[in-house]
Amino acid sequence: MSVQTSVHQDLHGPELLHHFADPQQQRNAVSLGMWIFLATEVMFFGGLFCAYLIYRGWFFGDFAAASKSINAALGGTNTAVLICSSLTVVLAIWAAQTSRRMLLIAMLVLTMIFGLAFLGIKGIEYRDKFEEHHVPGASFSFDHEPIPGHPGQYANPQHAQIFFALYFIMTGLHALHMIVGLGLFTWLLVMAWKGRFTPAYHTPLEIGGLYWHFVDIVWIYLFPLLYLIDRHP
Amino acid sequence: MFDNFPLWPSRASATAGNVDALFIFLLIVSGLMTLLVFTAVIYFAARYRHRKGVLAEQIQGSTPLEVTWSIIPLGVFLVIFTWGAVVYFKSRTPPRDATEVYVVAKQWMWKLEHAEGQREINSLHVPVGRDVKLIMTSQDVIHSFFVPAFRTKQDVLPGRYTVAWFHATKAGTYHLFCAEYCGTAHSGMIGDIVVMEPAQYEAWMSGGSNGPLSTTGEKIFAELGCVTCHRTDTQGRGPNLQGLFGKPVLLQDGRTVPADENYLRESILDPGAKIVNGFKPVMPTFQGLVSEEQVNALVAYVKSMSQPGATGAKSASNGSPEQSGSQVQ
Amino acid sequence: MSMAIANAIVQPVEREDYLNKEHGIGSWLFTTDHKRIALLYLISITIFFFIGGFFALLIRLELLTPAGDLVQADTYNKLFTQHGMVMVFFFLIPSIPAVLGNFLVPMMIGAKDLAFPRVNLLSWYLYIIGAIMMLHCMLTGGVDTGWTFYTPFSTAFTNTKIVEAGLAIFVAGFSSILTGLNFVVTIHRMRAPGMTWSRLPLFIWAHYATSVIQILGTPVIAITIVLVAAERALHLGIFDPRLGGDPLLFQHLFWFYSHPAVYIMILPSMGIISEIIACFSRKRIFGYHFVALSSMAIAVFGFIVWAHHMFVAGISLYAALVFSLLSYSVAVPSAVKVFNWTATLYKGSIHYDAPMLYAFGFLGLFTIGGLTGLFLAALGIDVHVTDTYFVVAHFHYIMVGGALMAYLGGMHFWWPKISGRLYPEGWARLAALIVFIGFNLTFFPQFILGYVGMPRRYYQYPAEFQVLNVLSTAGATVLGVGYLLPMIYFLWSMRYGKRAPDNPWQAAGLEWKTQSPPTTFNFEEEPVVTWEAYNYDEIDAGQKQEVKVVG
Repeated sequence: MSVQTSVHQDLHGPELLHHFADPQQQRNAVSLGMWIFLATEVMFFGGLFCAYLIYRGWFFGDFAAASKSINAALGGTNTAVLICSSLTVVLAIWAAQTSRRMLLIAMLVLTMIFGLAFLGIKGIEYRDKFEEHHVPGASFSFDHEPIPGHPGQYANPQHAQIFFALYFIMTGLHALHMIVGLGLFTWLLVMAWKGRFTPAYHTPLEIGGLYWHFVDIVWIYLFPLLYLIDRHP
Repeated sequence: MFDNFPLWPSRASATAGNVDALFIFLLIVSGLMTLLVFTAVIYFAARYRHRKGVLAEQIQGSTPLEVTWSIIPLGVFLVIFTWGAVVYFKSRTPPRDATEVYVVAKQWMWKLEHAEGQREINSLHVPVGRDVKLIMTSQDVIHSFFVPAFRTKQDVLPGRYTVAWFHATKAGTYHLFCAEYCGTAHSGMIGDIVVMEPAQYEAWMSGGSNGPLSTTGEKIFAELGCVTCHRTDTQGRGPNLQGLFGKPVLLQDGRTVPADENYLRESILDPGAKIVNGFKPVMPTFQGLVSEEQVNALVAYVKSMSQPGATGAKSASNGSPEQSGSQVQ
Repeated sequence: MSMAIANAIVQPVEREDYLNKEHGIGSWLFTTDHKRIALLYLISITIFFFIGGFFALLIRLELLTPAGDLVQADTYNKLFTQHGMVMVFFFLIPSIPAVLGNFLVPMMIGAKDLAFPRVNLLSWYLYIIGAIMMLHCMLTGGVDTGWTFYTPFSTAFTNTKIVEAGLAIFVAGFSSILTGLNFVVTIHRMRAPGMTWSRLPLFIWAHYATSVIQILGTPVIAITIVLVAAERALHLGIFDPRLGGDPLLFQHLFWFYSHPAVYIMILPSMGIISEIIACFSRKRIFGYHFVALSSMAIAVFGFIVWAHHMFVAGISLYAALVFSLLSYSVAVPSAVKVFNWTATLYKGSIHYDAPMLYAFGFLGLFTIGGLTGLFLAALGIDVHVTDTYFVVAHFHYIMVGGALMAYLGGMHFWWPKISGRLYPEGWARLAALIVFIGFNLTFFPQFILGYVGMPRRYYQYPAEFQVLNVLSTAGATVLGVGYLLPMIYFLWSMRYGKRAPDNPWQAAGLEWKTQSPPTTFNFEEEPVVTWEAYNYDEIDAGQKQEVKVVG
């Protein structure tokens, strides 16, 4: 029995799960699985984007006024942060492909720092909104806010509240996905520390990377849609 | 049909006949199809019951057959679609001079007000042979105005008007049901549509009311100060409402919208949503200050300002000579 | 004479299989074996079937009399709401994929398990969490919005436990998504050598199409639930006109998932019917490629017809026109399948075992249900019959007369494989007959009730509707008996049933080349497929296939 086991081990690493015929099949299956999962995420966010686009079409002026009040500089910084984090993810995968363990660990750590920075900046934005009473609910107020480009016209607070409701739900859901991503990368970091990734096997890094890139792309849509309505330099 | 075992609803409107005709056609088509499939299945099952030593014959398929039994049903479906669409368009497009009745639905009752002013709760009296248009809104949740005998149904929404119409053809009393689940007493939100011969209807009408809805609307128009800005000359801070209803309105942002009931309603409750070209956005909102019935009255009044020969106040909102002859106080 | 009995070979020795390999509750609750997970699902959904059925019983009892005299109005509203939510989300949507799909998909393609066994277990855990939340919700106040929870009633006008029910469905929805994900990856990546797409059993094609819908559609209801929960909790105005929102937006978002959801419920059952009809006619399905293609067509078209639930809701005439036309496009592939199944019977060698009786029942009832869909898609008719019992009858014909009958047929067909035992054929045929009769008596009168004008969700009604309601309730009692019988004799058979041979029906399909019940890894060696699907000619002519099998 033990002879068979050790011969068996030689044919593939310990990562091969036994219901797969070979490592290639496992890799293909896992990769397809992550892509399909991302498709479900597209549909999930898609419903929100749909609702947002409809209301933005109906209440453009009110949405523009509300959009003006959120901090595009912070949002822009966050966009840069996330794009950099996607770069570090790609570098981490390259490091694994070329057996650079220390670089891999450094890139994973850097990615997570960028992620935390994103969440921190988001927290600042949310706190600002809370202080300005722009959080939907009982204490919401948005009186006498001018509509950009229409002097003398003021935003309808009810419509502005819809903007803010969608703003918080969309960015909140996105932040939740970031947190999950951070959890995922913690696990990847632990595996990298233990030396589990080799040029032949680093599938978890690839699919973790896919997820991270997806979260980045969602933000890249969110930023102009939410922060840059009718803004002029 | 049988009193306790109805197999078919009464037919009491022009639309009912059209709907029933299509329904019967569908019954025939479905009946034939069902017969075909059932017969084939039962026949094959019996005829080809397994017999010892007899093997099944492996038949791959037949593309011509597949094409045939895809195209023919599709053809039949397109006929049904077209017929259904024609019936639908007719039944959902109110004629121009229909008598108007305003309906306000609320949990759990129907409040109706004739343009002439009669108010009813959970019942609607109409004469045989007249086009009646219902302008409906809800005070709370979504309801649905359903009269099986007329084959008519329309959801009644909060926040906007929806419209239904019918032309009653047979005197009698017919069920009115709420057909969109709306809470505890959804199944109690029922009433009667009472279709009367014209003479009886006139008698009923003269039984007293609060005056035409548009007159009520005129009173509210004055009480709330609308007349201050919406003057009939060019000096007003708001647009002149004479002759406005039914015409296109040019907005500040360049769009043109029709001045229909929903536009009038929105202008009262959310005036900032559409600013008329050339006017400042100074109109205050009346959301919370007027009830649905009052909004209906105001809408009826503004519509009356567009009636031929209207001087603004006294004419009923339905221009037929018979009506204006029988003013009710 | 039952085929199974005729083919029975008594197994003298108890062999190791997936059931007896490990013992103890832990070996079940932490299993990654797709077959054990299928049984975990079987137990769970059966419990919810009887909960949903209990609510149905109370509804039909109340409707015996025109007055509301059995329960209070609010209670009745909770009964029909929870009947719908439980039956749709906790019974029908999981049922065939999570039980029969989980059990059979790997075996039918020659694999040892699904692509992601642990995700499969997670899927069941999520179902259980959602189910417990739903139970808790129902026991501590319940929901009364109808399973469609339209706004603004659900967001601003009811005090029942919307958020909790919504979250329960949200969690269960992810169970559904993960099952779909697992199936698609498995079917793409884990087919045995020689198992080309054209050799796949139609059951696999059906589950593939279903999985596409689960993957793309379910997230939309998930986000809709999030929005409704947020609106309730924070008094937002996304769907409330008093706060600037639009109640119709909710309806569009809701039906964008919930219409494809009905195809999640019917497509797998069509897969089962293909397998049963092929086996009990002893020939391949007529027009295999057209049947496979029509499954995919139904999945695609199913996504573009949702607003046919909204013809009187306040959408424009032109939108209604488009959706009515598209709805007829969905009807064509369904009709094509019925014709192909019927054509398969031609020159077959037909056996009347219980699974086949359920298949016959399906053919009749699905035909009627599908034809009434044509009525509903016709704009002029829909105005009159929407929101009445006509719609209730239509969807019960499809979901109960169709999907549930096929599920029962499938359970009978594969029971020998799943349990290693034979069910009592006589009782099974009787149960099938009782279900067919009871079903028609319950739901046919409802078509009439709908056309004469009885609205849905009514707990009291005008006296003239009573006779039809009494007929319907009488049928429901018969139907209930028909459903109890299989429960009883399946359980009985696990202890006392004859032991089943590996292939009691001499059926085609790789699953029949495993042991009954199968071993944990299904196949000792990976099969190599060199024959076409449904090769009944070879089987009946006594030829053996070139494959190494177990048992």
